[in-house]
Parts: sequence; structure tokens; C-alpha cells
Amino acid sequence: MKAINRRSFLRVSALGAGGVLLSLYMEPEAKAQGRGGPPAPPPNPNVYIKVAADGTVTIMAKNPEVGQGVKMMLPMLVAEELDVDWKSVKIEQADFDDTRYAAQSAGGSTSTPNNWIPMRQAGAAGRAMFITAAAQTWGVAEAGLTAASGRVTNPASGKSLGYGELAAKVATLPMPELGTLKMKNPADYRIIGHTQPQREARNIVTGKPIFCIDTELPGMKYATFEKCGVFGGKVVSANLDEIKKMAGVVNAFIVERPPVTDTVIPGDPGLESGIAIIADTWWHAQQARKKLVVKWDEGPRATHSSAAYVAKAEELSKAAPQRTLRSDGDIDAGFKASAKVVEAAYSYPFISHAPLEPQNCTAQFKDGKLEIWSNSQIPGNGRRVTALATGLAEKDITIHMVRGGGGFGRRLTNDYMAEAGYIAKEAGVPVKLLWSREDDMQHDYYRPGGFQYLKAGLDASGKVVAWHNHFVGYGDGDRFVSSGAIGPTEFPQRFVPNYQLQASVQQLGIRTGALRAPTSNAFAFVFHSFLDELAHAAGKDPVQFRLDLLSSGVPTAAVENGRPTGLDANRMKAVVQLAAEMSGWGKKTLPKGTAMGTAFHFSHLGYFAETAEVRVDANNKIKVNKVWVAADVGSQIINPGAAENICQGAIIDGMSELMGQEITVDKGRIVQGNYDKHTMVRLSQAPAEIEVRFLKTDFPPTGLGEPALPPVLPAIANAIFAATGKRVRQLPISKAGYSWA
Amino acid sequence: MAIKLTVNGQSTTVDAPNDMPLLWALRDVLHLRGTKFGCGIAQCGACTVHVNGTAVRSCITPVGTVAAKSVTTIEGLSADGSHPVQQAWEEIDVAQCGYCQAGQMMSAAALLAKTPKPTDQEIDSALNGNLCRCGTYLRIRKAVHKAAELATNASTKKAVQTAAR
Repeated sequence: MKAINRRSFLRVSALGAGGVLLSLYMEPEAKAQGRGGPPAPPPNPNVYIKVAADGTVTIMAKNPEVGQGVKMMLPMLVAEELDVDWKSVKIEQADFDDTRYAAQSAGGSTSTPNNWIPMRQAGAAGRAMFITAAAQTWGVAEAGLTAASGRVTNPASGKSLGYGELAAKVATLPMPELGTLKMKNPADYRIIGHTQPQREARNIVTGKPIFCIDTELPGMKYATFEKCGVFGGKVVSANLDEIKKMAGVVNAFIVERPPVTDTVIPGDPGLESGIAIIADTWWHAQQARKKLVVKWDEGPRATHSSAAYVAKAEELSKAAPQRTLRSDGDIDAGFKASAKVVEAAYSYPFISHAPLEPQNCTAQFKDGKLEIWSNSQIPGNGRRVTALATGLAEKDITIHMVRGGGGFGRRLTNDYMAEAGYIAKEAGVPVKLLWSREDDMQHDYYRPGGFQYLKAGLDASGKVVAWHNHFVGYGDGDRFVSSGAIGPTEFPQRFVPNYQLQASVQQLGIRTGALRAPTSNAFAFVFHSFLDELAHAAGKDPVQFRLDLLSSGVPTAAVENGRPTGLDANRMKAVVQLAAEMSGWGKKTLPKGTAMGTAFHFSHLGYFAETAEVRVDANNKIKVNKVWVAADVGSQIINPGAAENICQGAIIDGMSELMGQEITVDKGRIVQGNYDKHTMVRLSQAPAEIEVRFLKTDFPPTGLGEPALPPVLPAIANAIFAATGKRVRQLPISKAGYSWA
Repeated sequence: MAIKLTVNGQSTTVDAPNDMPLLWALRDVLHLRGTKFGCGIAQCGACTVHVNGTAVRSCITPVGTVAAKSVTTIEGLSADGSHPVQQAWEEIDVAQCGYCQAGQMMSAAALLAKTPKPTDQEIDSALNGNLCRCGTYLRIRKAVHKAAELATNASTKKAVQTAAR
């Protein structure tokens, strides 16, 4: 499978942009494939399936589990085609091993599209091998044999053999050609498409130590790591002699960042300078840390502040854009021909991932080899940065993949793995490194903030004929910062005849990275709020206006590397209509102060339209009564119950981003340190209902962890407008005086 | 400092300073790791345990203050998952990542012990201190109602059995 993500290489240079070539970072999920490691191994049943003589079937789950349900989903694909009873299947988490498994990562909602075929092939190949083994045992032709529930049967003789009885023979057989395998008709699925409850549920409800933070090794000590609050700052000196004398402290030392010569993984630099304290318990280490007196060389970023970023963006917005990323038609002529022109400035802040399990990693260095227990979403990159930090060869580093308490993209960067590896090697004892919540929030790779200055023209009939966006973002040298790029095919390109996208960037002093639905989590709010402004300016119904727009352009996008570069208008129209139907759009009389808003967004190959019913009271307190989610992620929902749970969670996650989350910088340091200053939706604020429906279409199944999130922000903002007549153009909306009821 | 307390029905001695938070005494000293660390300032509720039947945030509760008291952690609800809250959480398949769920369940169990048939509002108010980063709140509400139903059925059954004897 070619797995290069569609956003890997945005072809800016081909568009004849003036000035400096704007090269873009690859998104983290594409980096694993982009770094030129060994070619992805083909799906081999011997790697994924173990059948014991007693018939017990064990299926390996190859990808990192951080709550997205992949530890269930991938084995379900194998088991379906293997023809075994799901109840009899055991699931085992694989270690990281790129010689056995392809792309062991959790990012970009790629697990479904990348594994839909190979995982089923692995199962089907296994099934074919059991049939071959039975045919050879009985001396009959394979053609007449059938397999079901872990047994091969010969209907002619009535004989049957269990997979366990055939396992020894199967081990001697060659692997069948993948192309010759016959896959099941979806109508015959017994596992795929049927809700399978999470196998880990019993362990979760009884408090078993299954998370990465629960890892314990004999003789293990606990570490904390103090870094400079200013990104890139270095330790000059510290009172280590005093710290080492404190109760429970085993060791304390300065960690120097080794010179990094490898630039293969931009955006995941690994080890930073700091001070490690190792103690008998983590609390002892933290107590000692409070007594640390450190002299830092804060470096050039110590002058950075959010206030300065905002002022610079304002200045850039008034100047001519630095670069043109896309020009279709004639933008000036488009505005000249417009009957009405609408302008608006939108902005969104930096935000933190803040997964509930803080970053942690356990490592043991013994006999020249490093063993790591990690919840990384991309352990291959982790091994690389840990090798760079420790000076070890990658072959001498083993990574065990342990369940993560949420990921949301934070664990696509592996700084904490590099730190744990370095500290364990230096300390000479097994070490569990754990960050505090403040470490986590103040040393994140933040969702980049940004500013977009939009201007659109409507003709006399209310059709959008011109769209201009001056995108004011952040750069690192001559590149956009990680996850801070805007692409030339962003919606509504293709649907507006005169379209221009221009960009300006300022240099940034903090790190950025992918947060669930990167770029889309901010851009959807901008595009689909502005689209709503246009609908109202045109005097049209917001749903009809969107359907008209989707009917007005080039319906399908160009394909690059086997993936479309943008949405398919017909698929999107269908979910927009479904969301409208589900919510009773335009057919309900709602009380004063209560209204509906809608939005759609395409990301990670998924089509989502969402409608929110929202009540706003006189004090700007907001209650989201209900959200309707209409989705098209292809022909098959693999685990429907889990899919519904993930979509409902995405709505709530989006609500948190809408209302309460903003990271700011002062003197180069992050101001917010904990959940009291960077808030999440709480139970009483969650909607009473979130109804989710999937349209099954003739397209291959794709992921839904990310694309479900973006539309809810503009859907709620548009509902607030419908209820109050007030348009919110800045995130988080708490800045405009809104709060949850 | 040797501090005597009862953890999940067993008397235990913890060798830790008085001011060590109960959370770390449980996790790093007693190696009971079902109770989770999320924020350290009683904002997320992942560390919720019962002290003498009341839900408390163990991350800000000095272990010295629970001397001679009875502490119940997620491991103490039941080891086999038979507590009505555990059954309900498993049956509704509440969890995504599952990291917050021990705290959610401890808050739910404390609520149900005092309010066997809670309303949505009572559930919201009792569990509002427990954040779920994955956003499983709708299933959490459903699971608390389910647990209430299971607990009522179980006690009805018990009453019927007692009467029949």
C-alpha cells in the first residue's frame, strides 16, 4: 500500500507563486513513511495470527492504542477473513518491529484506509492455508472444502478438522499469492460491521495496570525532568549537590542536548537540555525539584509574547501578502462583478493536546541495549530520536507499545521517549520518567494559532463569485511551522470561479504539532462560519446555500498518490442533506434564544456534516441541546458501537476547543499550566444527545477519529448567530463573553 | 513514617512522609496503580478514591490525614468486575482510552451509595469534577443509570431470597 498522505507534499512551487518558494513540512503521520526505512512488509498471516494446537487463536494488534479502538479494529479485520469465532480470538499488542509490521502509527485517521485491505488479506491468506493443509491431510482437492468458525469441513465426506489440529502443517506451507485470495462478500460479514465491545473493558473497570504510566520494573526508580520554560533554553548551572542530599533522591544530573545532525524528522527534535532528578517515588523527585535553583540560558526566544504575535499579525494583514499560494480566475474582476462584498477577520489560538495521561516513558539500559515501554503514537520516530539522544544504534533499542491514556496527536512527538532513554542510560537503573501536568501543558507541540482575513463577493443571485483569503500564520525559517500550513486546494477552491489564497508568516518561538484533525480543527471554524455569513448576506437558507455552492464547481478533486486532494461534492451534499433531515432543519419552531446552526467539513478522507441546536440566554450562557452528526466514511463501519462513541467524543472535544482553550506566551514562556486555565467540557455541559448516522457508500472505508471533529465548532458558532444575531469570529468564544450554562 | 490505614478492606502500613499525597502512596508505595494521576490539583478527578465512603481527590489528600481511615480504590470496588458500577461500565462499553474511568466510577459509586436512583442533574453534579478527555460523557450518564438499575435489581433479588429463606 502506498501510504503517503495527501497532505504530504503540497505543490506550491508548481503554482507559480512569486517570491520565496514555500516548502511545507510533511505532516507527522506521513513522516514514518517518508524517512526511507525498510519497505513496508507485505501482510503475512504468520506475523499476525498464532493458532495453538488446542485451537486458541491469537491475533496481533500492530498499532498504538490511545483510545481510538484500533486494538480491536485491526484484529477484527483479520478474524473476519480468517473465519474464526470472534469470542475465541485473543488479542495481543505487538511490540514495535518494522521488519514485521507496516506503519505502526496512530495518526491522520490512517489506520482504516491503510489497513482495510492488508489486514483482511492476512486473514484470508491464513484461511487459505488452513484449507490447503486440510486438503493435503485428506488427500482431496481444495475446491470443495469450506471453512467456518475455526474449522475446515469437507461437505462430501462430512469430515472436519479444527485450525488447531492443522496448525503444525500450516507452519510448513508457503504463503499464497495475495492476488489469488478471495475476500468475503460484505453481506456475509459476521464480525466486521457488528459492534464488538472493547476487550480491555474488564481490565479498565477493575483498575488493572494496563496504561503506560503503570509500567513497573524490578529495581525501578522514578524520574522527573526540569526543562527551560523557554523553548530551546539551556542549563548553565544548578544546585545539584543540594538536590542529591534530599530525602529519597537517588541521583540528579544535567542533560545536555547532543548536537542534532539528523533532520529526517522535522518537528520531532527529541531531547532537550534540562535537569533529571531520580528518586524512590515520583513525589520525592517532585519535592526535590521544588528546591532546584537553575541558571538558564534562555536563548533568543525569551522575548516572544502572544501580544507581539497578535500585533505582528495585524501589521502583516495590512501589508501586501508575502506569497500567493493559489490563483484561479481573476480575483479583481470577480470582486468588480460582485453585487455584494463581505469581509471578515477570523482568528484562533494556540491550544494544547492535554491528554489525561501525562507524558511518561519507562526505560531500562542493560548490556548495551535499551528497552523502552512507551505509549508513543509513532514509535518508529521515537526510536530514531532516542537513538540520536543516546548515541545507540536503532537496532539496540526495543520498544514495547503500551496503552496510552489519550493521544490526540501529542504522542506523535517523542521528546519524552528520548528523555527517558537518555536518563535510564545515564542513571544505570530502570527509570520511569513522568511529566507533571504543568510539564505537559508547558512543553507541548501546540496546535498553531493563526489569523485569516477573508473577503468574498456575491453576484446578484447570491452566488459566491469571488473568494480571497489572506492567511497570516507562523513560520520556521522559510517553512510554515508544523501543522500550520494552508494548502492550495483547501475548500472552497474549485467551487468559486475567482479564488485567491495568499499568505504571510511571522517567526514563531514555540513548538507546534498535529492536534486531532490538524489544520481542519481551526480552518473549519473559519471557512464554515464565513460561509454562513455569506448565506445570510445572500438572504438564503444556510443549508440550501451550501448545497448550491457544492453544486457550482468542479465536483471531484485531482488524485495524488492514490488519494484525492479535496472533497467529492456529491458525497458532501449527501451528508449535508442527511444532517438537515436528521435535525428537522427548517421544520421546527424553536423557542426564542434557541436556534440551529450547521456546517460540514472534509478532512482525512472523511465527510462530515453536523447540526447543533443551541440555547443562548441573556447572560451569554450557552447550552448545546443536541448535535446531529451525518457522516460518509465509505462502505463499511467496522465496529459501529466504537465508531459512535468516537464521533460523540469528537463533538465534545470540539466544544472544548470552541469555548475554553487558549495557550498564550509571555517572555517566551507558556502562561497556562493546568486544566483550570485550559478547560475542557464537563459532564453537566455535555449535550443530552448526540445522534450519529453513517451513510454507506461505494468507497473504501476510511477513518473517523479526526474528521468528526472540525464541523462542530462552526455549527455551534452558526447556531449562536442564528439565536442572537451576533457573529463570533475569534476562538475561544469565551473571549467574547460566552460561557457554558 | 509508618502510617496505618485500611486499603480495600485490608489493614496496611505505608512507609511514607505524612505530606505525601495519598495518590502517590497508593501508586508508588503500595503499587496499586488503578488510581490515576491527571493534574495534581484536583481539577480532573482521575485520582478519585473513597475515604470512609466519601469520594476524595487523592492527589491533594496527604496520606497522613487518612491514618486509621478506610480507603477504597477502583481495585476495591471488586476484583472481578462484579460491582454494579463496574458491570454497567463494561456493559455500556463506556471507555475510549479508559484513563479517567476509574475516577468516574469511584465518583459514581459514592453517588449511588447515597442516592440509589439519581436524576441526570444529580449525576451531572456528582461527576462534574471528573474530566473525560475523550468525551465519553453520554455513555457515562447512561452507565450511572444502568448501575443504579443493576444495584436495585440486586438488592431486590437479595431481599426476595432473604424472604424466601
